Amino acid sequence: MTERTVIEAVRATIQAEMRRDSSVIVLGEDVGIRGGVFLATDGLIDEFGEDRVIDTPLAESSICGIALGAAVNGMRPIAEIQFADFVWPAINQLVGEASKVRYGTNGVKTAPMTVRVPYGGGVRGGLYHSQSIEVLFAHTPGLSVVAPATPFDAKGLLATAIRTNDPVIFLEHKRTYRLVKGDVPDADYTIPIGKAEIKRPGTDLTIIAYGLMLHYALQAADMAAANGISVEVLDLRTLRPLDEDAIVESVSRTGKALIVQEDTLSVSISSEVAAIIGERCFFDLDGPITRLGPPEIPPMPFSPIQEAAFMPSPDKILAAITKLAEI
Amino acid sequence: MVLSRHLDERVWLLNRQGKAAIAASAQGHEAAQLACIEATDPSKDHYLIYYRQFAAMMALGTEPEEMLRGFLAKTDDPMSGARQFPLHGAHPRVDLFNFSNVIATQLPQAAGVALADKLKGSDAVTVVFFGDGASSQGDTHEAMNFAGIHKLPVIFFCENNRYAISVPLEKQMGVESVASRAVGYGFPGVQVDGTDVGAVYEVTNVAIERARAGDGPTLIEASVERLLPHTTDDDHTRYRSSEDIVQMLNRDPIRILAELLKRRGQLTDSGDEEIHALAKKRVNLATDTVDAEPYPSVESMFDHVIDSSGGHS
Repeated sequence: MTERTVIEAVRATIQAEMRRDSSVIVLGEDVGIRGGVFLATDGLIDEFGEDRVIDTPLAESSICGIALGAAVNGMRPIAEIQFADFVWPAINQLVGEASKVRYGTNGVKTAPMTVRVPYGGGVRGGLYHSQSIEVLFAHTPGLSVVAPATPFDAKGLLATAIRTNDPVIFLEHKRTYRLVKGDVPDADYTIPIGKAEIKRPGTDLTIIAYGLMLHYALQAADMAAANGISVEVLDLRTLRPLDEDAIVESVSRTGKALIVQEDTLSVSISSEVAAIIGERCFFDLDGPITRLGPPEIPPMPFSPIQEAAFMPSPDKILAAITKLAEI
Repeated sequence: MVLSRHLDERVWLLNRQGKAAIAASAQGHEAAQLACIEATDPSKDHYLIYYRQFAAMMALGTEPEEMLRGFLAKTDDPMSGARQFPLHGAHPRVDLFNFSNVIATQLPQAAGVALADKLKGSDAVTVVFFGDGASSQGDTHEAMNFAGIHKLPVIFFCENNRYAISVPLEKQMGVESVASRAVGYGFPGVQVDGTDVGAVYEVTNVAIERARAGDGPTLIEASVERLLPHTTDDDHTRYRSSEDIVQMLNRDPIRILAELLKRRGQLTDSGDEEIHALAKKRVNLATDTVDAEPYPSVESMFDHVIDSSGGHS
């Protein structure tokens, strides 16, 4: 067992998977000597060489297209998109192409590739280093989308993603990279895609969150406990496929649901979670399905005051908890 | 070549009969496709094709019945189980695939396939086909740039028929040729008459040897004619002049090859007629067979979305 940050867990897992399987390669911008701008691939080029740790030209579409081609020809590429905000040129190769390889070839070809995407705000990233981009991928049949929030989950889910025989979009919240620490077993383990986890049990209401918001929700739940409100916190961990049963089980038990996300609320993960609760928990609900998210403006202002006003926070979540608990 | 032509013509007839929903023809492109494939080794090479690769599919041993199952969307379509447009999916016997209709996406994918071969130490070559229209896409630039950097064993084979649906070459590029762009990527670019099977075979052979030797990519630009409109849903008289159409018909590669062989005394008129008659008979047989076959079941549309076993390596 070793205490690690999220970024340390990511790096150690890539290293372990590259040692385990020689078909695992890494490609992306600055992943070689620089070790990635967040150091997720730090030192890997020294151990595995530039054949397996490939510094690409600055061209996101081809990073993903090349990963896809290598994947259908026997490799297990891990492509790194430097910032989620830069993934848009590659959308066609991921949403348009990779998601349909198995289906469009009637199962003859598969694309075992992982695309690591650092996302999210609260890092003074402004409009182009703060974006949450999960919705478009989570909307796409044929892709899996995972968004771990802890070092333990990052390791287990990244190992699974790399070993999965289909494309996986692996979302890493930048703010959690060095903020969140936790014990990570040194031994090999995996966490299945599509399984949420109760990170804190409670009885009065359920908060459903992922990524950075999971940690803010846990902080808010602690504060609410001091006021006598028992909050359960469910970490989605996977955004496609959503763990519908876990959502339904928790909300049916507590009777109230608060969905917290950093991404724009309209047509989002929270919309889908709310729909699931509405369809399957209707008779167990003791209050309105509630959502907390940022305002409907382009995410997110660079100014520190505006950025803080934009982001959900433990205090804002506590206010939402209190309001919902009183109903 | 003749069989491909007759089957291609039949598919257009089947479209007019309401049986084939859509077709894009290779008529005019056959010599380029067949001669290129002839220089490769289907037992180990990779082929990333695009929607006009009818003759290339035939050259790689696809049976007429298999071709028609795609066009008629029948259950045994070997490429995609009739999920995709004809010629899209993956070939059951050779490593040929064509994931999408989005133009030029196959070029970065080809660079990735070739990268994997290089890492594996294989001497397989990846041949990626595209049209002049695809040469305008950013993916084309990105793929050639990467392939040039890593000297990947890939052949970029451009079938330039001078039209991106209706947009003529002079509105697609400010340079004389697609091949001239290769200099910007650090590998050779060659132009070849795509109606000349011998010439296409020769330049492809040189490119194959270069790629197998580890010397990197080649961009081949074969000038061809698109004898029919873009697809069965297009009408090229809206944008091609009658002079252009007459001139284009003079570059029919099948007629050119037949005339060459006759001049050399390697083909007689009766021999030529016999080849066409045999091809037509084969096409009739395939049409009757496939026309009677069933469509896929509704249930099968749920197969192969993701690994149903949840299988991991």
